[in-house]
Amino acid sequence: MIATALSALMSHWRRHPLQLTTLLAGLALATGLWSAVQAINAEARASYNEAALQLGGVPLPELRAANGTIALETYVALRRAGWQLSPVLEGRVQLGNTWVSVMGVDPLSHPGLPAMRPTDGAPLTTFTQMFAHRDTIADIGTQAQDTRAQELPLTSSTQVPLGMVLGDIALAERLLDQPGRISRLLILPQQPLGLKTRQPLSVLAPDLIRSIPDRGADTARLTDSFHLNLTAFGLLAFAVGLFIVHGTVGLAFEQRRPMLRTLRALGVPLRSLSLLLLGELILLAIVAGGIGLILGYLVASALIGDVAATLRGLYGAPVEGSLTLRPIWFVSGLGMAVAGALLASAQALWRLHSMPLLAAPGVLAWGQHSARSDRGMALAGLGLMGAGGLAVLIFDGLVPGFALLGGLMLGAALMLPGALGLALRFGQSRTRGPLAYWLWGDMRAGLPGLSLALMALLLALATNVGVSTMVSSFRLTFTGWLDQRLSAQIYVSTINDAQGDELRAFLAGRVDAILPIRYGEVRIDGQDMRVYGIVDHASYRDNWPLLDGAPDVWDQVAKGKGALINELLARRNDLWPGEPGENDAQLQLGGGWVMPVVGVYSDYGNPAGQIIVSLDSLLAHAGPLPNRQFGLQLDPADTHALVRDLNGAFDPPLAGVLDQSSLKAHSLEIFDKTFVVTGALNVLTLGVAGFAILTSLLTLWSMRLPQLAPVWALGLTRARLARLEVVRSVALAGMTALLALPLGLVLAWVLLAVINVEAFGWRLPMYLFPWDWLVLLGLTLVAAAAAAALPARRLANAPPAELLRVFANER
Amino acid sequence: MAAQYGAINMLLEIRDVIKSFEGPHARPVLNGVSLTLEPGQTLALTGESGSGKSTLLQLAGALDDFDAGEITLDGTPLMGLDDKGRADLRRRVVALVFQQFNLIPSLDVAHNLAFHARLGGVEDRSWLAHLTERLGLSDLVTRFPEQLSGGQQQRVAIGRALGLRPKLLLADEPTGNLDQIAGDAVLDLMLELVADTGTALLLVTHSPRIAARLGARVHLRDGRIDGGEM
Ligand SMILES: Nc1ncnc2c1ncn2[C@@H]1O[C@H](COP(=O)(O)OP(=O)(O)OP(=O)(O)O)[C@@H](O)[C@H]1O
Ligand SMILES: [Mg+2]
Repeated sequence: MIATALSALMSHWRRHPLQLTTLLAGLALATGLWSAVQAINAEARASYNEAALQLGGVPLPELRAANGTIALETYVALRRAGWQLSPVLEGRVQLGNTWVSVMGVDPLSHPGLPAMRPTDGAPLTTFTQMFAHRDTIADIGTQAQDTRAQELPLTSSTQVPLGMVLGDIALAERLLDQPGRISRLLILPQQPLGLKTRQPLSVLAPDLIRSIPDRGADTARLTDSFHLNLTAFGLLAFAVGLFIVHGTVGLAFEQRRPMLRTLRALGVPLRSLSLLLLGELILLAIVAGGIGLILGYLVASALIGDVAATLRGLYGAPVEGSLTLRPIWFVSGLGMAVAGALLASAQALWRLHSMPLLAAPGVLAWGQHSARSDRGMALAGLGLMGAGGLAVLIFDGLVPGFALLGGLMLGAALMLPGALGLALRFGQSRTRGPLAYWLWGDMRAGLPGLSLALMALLLALATNVGVSTMVSSFRLTFTGWLDQRLSAQIYVSTINDAQGDELRAFLAGRVDAILPIRYGEVRIDGQDMRVYGIVDHASYRDNWPLLDGAPDVWDQVAKGKGALINELLARRNDLWPGEPGENDAQLQLGGGWVMPVVGVYSDYGNPAGQIIVSLDSLLAHAGPLPNRQFGLQLDPADTHALVRDLNGAFDPPLAGVLDQSSLKAHSLEIFDKTFVVTGALNVLTLGVAGFAILTSLLTLWSMRLPQLAPVWALGLTRARLARLEVVRSVALAGMTALLALPLGLVLAWVLLAVINVEAFGWRLPMYLFPWDWLVLLGLTLVAAAAAAALPARRLANAPPAELLRVFANER
Repeated sequence: MAAQYGAINMLLEIRDVIKSFEGPHARPVLNGVSLTLEPGQTLALTGESGSGKSTLLQLAGALDDFDAGEITLDGTPLMGLDDKGRADLRRRVVALVFQQFNLIPSLDVAHNLAFHARLGGVEDRSWLAHLTERLGLSDLVTRFPEQLSGGQQQRVAIGRALGLRPKLLLADEPTGNLDQIAGDAVLDLMLELVADTGTALLLVTHSPRIAARLGARVHLRDGRIDGGEM
């Protein structure tokens, strides 16, 4: 009996191959996009976790000397006392055609060094080889073979950042010609018990300064936000796919109702029937999920090149440009497919249960009777939005933020049919011509059949607007901020204070200003952060990205009467300058040092608090500080020449010379690559939504003819009706796009002002990009026209007999 | 009247028309049908089920192609006429009422009634109001087709067709789906209105009783017109 019933059920798909294709394609697309994003995320995470470990991304506190190098004896003494330390030697050297940074480490004690493994899988020869990125080796060129590098053969490793040579500290000593020197000592996490109190570092080595290493603009946070984007995209693409599945499963159930009824009347129990349908669904889901995984793998492989480039840009070297298949990814993809199919079919399965044995065949809702259900859905949507808003008002954290996002999206989707219905009714009431009047009414009547596809389109478009607005706002803010923060033309670090004095002498007369960058460290509320001391200079006054502060902030700071703090610290500790006439918040810097907060500045990418005071106040409270970093102000035209001169003029060479324009170019490149990936996913999601429209139109085809045949008979050509079909699809998509715009903007606002603050501690201003909207609208209309083109062609070429059958007696 | 003018005065002239569905080698459904209709004339078309009545009516209504012969509708030959030209004739000259599903589902009764006239650019509100009244549809104007009975739907279809003031009304068993009482009522109305407006009518019917009420009658058999009183 079961087999007979099953074959009866399955015969439906044989007779409706298009429906089957739609179902499989919808589910496969959903799974594909989702698993592509997952694959990219997992791959990237795995890669740069290694890299972070490798490059000290797990920030260990470290010791540095005021003069730049730690004597070997000091290190030996500390080790004898029991301190677990790992020495690092850093410096710059010219090799062949290029300058490289050399990093020497102790492979035995360093916390993690996957990078020191050759690319070709050759045996580990860590102690006798130095490692560099393939491109770095190419840059150095063959000339280097004649010099020092010859006795230090370089091995290619993709895990080493560009421009860096990494190896055992002994080899680095020889390469840098600095025997017995150490640049810094990493303080390892595991230390003997009680050592801190018995043999404190401050007593053993009073002239060493303990600090948290500089991680630059902390890119981990930026990549986190990048991954958040990707995940949001993946989920959304999945949801869009589920809308397709929901639509087809619903239709298939509707069409099989008579068969189900017959089967039940013939004695198949409801339970068996439900189980059969469930089994059929799971089978289809597994097939579609499998196709989706292959699809996802292809998409991910195509995109991972860009993602790898993006992350390589962020980190130097972490992500391989190829994809490894991970079992977890495979299983989660199939799981999503099955769960998604069940979710999308829940309603249909439920209806089977509540279906009376002897009811009249279901009439598909056309037009008027959907008004009430529209209202119900709209109310539910409103409720969802309200619940999301309430969650954010009542609770703190990321989860309510995402609840708000989900509530907004789903709520808006549910309200869409009602909103479109109202708009169409309004349009109809404003129309005089009979054809236009008919078209409005016809669109309204066709809404129930298309609403799922349109909801999918709404979600796709809103995400598109929201995420692009967020990414673009981020980019604009970030570049503006970079411009402000990197106001000096060249940044130079010296290896010690003495070289700093040499540098000053060298630069005399060649630059407009030399701004020292000096900082100490304080602990506020258990968090270590840096205090920068600055000299008063116009470049700060003109450029520093202040979010809040009185007009005379810089005077206050210069006079030592106030401190500037970054946004993160301001938000986290609720420290803000007072309104005029009010008192400023007081910042406790420890050791009785208190400063009023006179201003707050933006500091994107930095996960830690930061403080700026005048250099004099800093030196007065923090004692002697290294003086090894400088920002140089000069005519931008002279930058290139000076960078060249600086690189050659010192022996031993300077620790680092960075010109600001290459820093900026580098940062922008990262963003542009992010754009490529975001853009590709945008187009894919839009494509899926377009596909949803197409499949809806195709499955609705047989129901469409009775609507069109009378109009044709009354004197319209098939070609004209076909054109109107395209107009209809384009108009509905266009209206949906117009509704998606405000939704997308709200989404962007939530991402920028709620999610970002909760996740990263800074709030980004929102910028609008109307040109992007126009492009998106254009793309949407094209997608809608393309989706309608196939059914329209079919209509234009339909033989009259097919249309006439509508009126035939046999119907 | 001279014979050569007769052709010019004919509203519908069907001459030796051949039409087959399954390719040129299949047995034709219509195999040399000839028929004429003058302005204002009413003609009943009878024949067995499957004899090709609906097919012939559809050809006369410029809805479908035929293989050979000629049909001239209001002076326009249909052979070789493009889609646009045929749509034009349907919009202005000829109106059709089928057995069922005539109405546009997404428009209410009032808009369905006015649709053909407005499409043809000849909307006459007082005439439409008169038709609505005569057809007893006044209380139903805001309803949608799916909310009407079969008889009501056919009355709307007739009203819509006559709203255009067509020269020719083609009706294919317009009461075939109705019981006799309702069918007669609808038919009475239609014949009255056709007479009032001087519209020519070609009516397909199975019923000799109905056929007898029209000006003339032809019978279709084996793909040809087989006698009948012209
Ligand atoms: N689209 C079509 N394709 C193939 N054959 C068709 C088509 N339409 C009609 N026929 C055939 O042409 C013949 C005439 O059909 P038609 O509908 O004109 O008959 P009818 O006289 O109107 O019959 P009835 O009284 O049952 O309405 C029939 O044999 C029918 O099967
Ligand atoms: Mg017929």
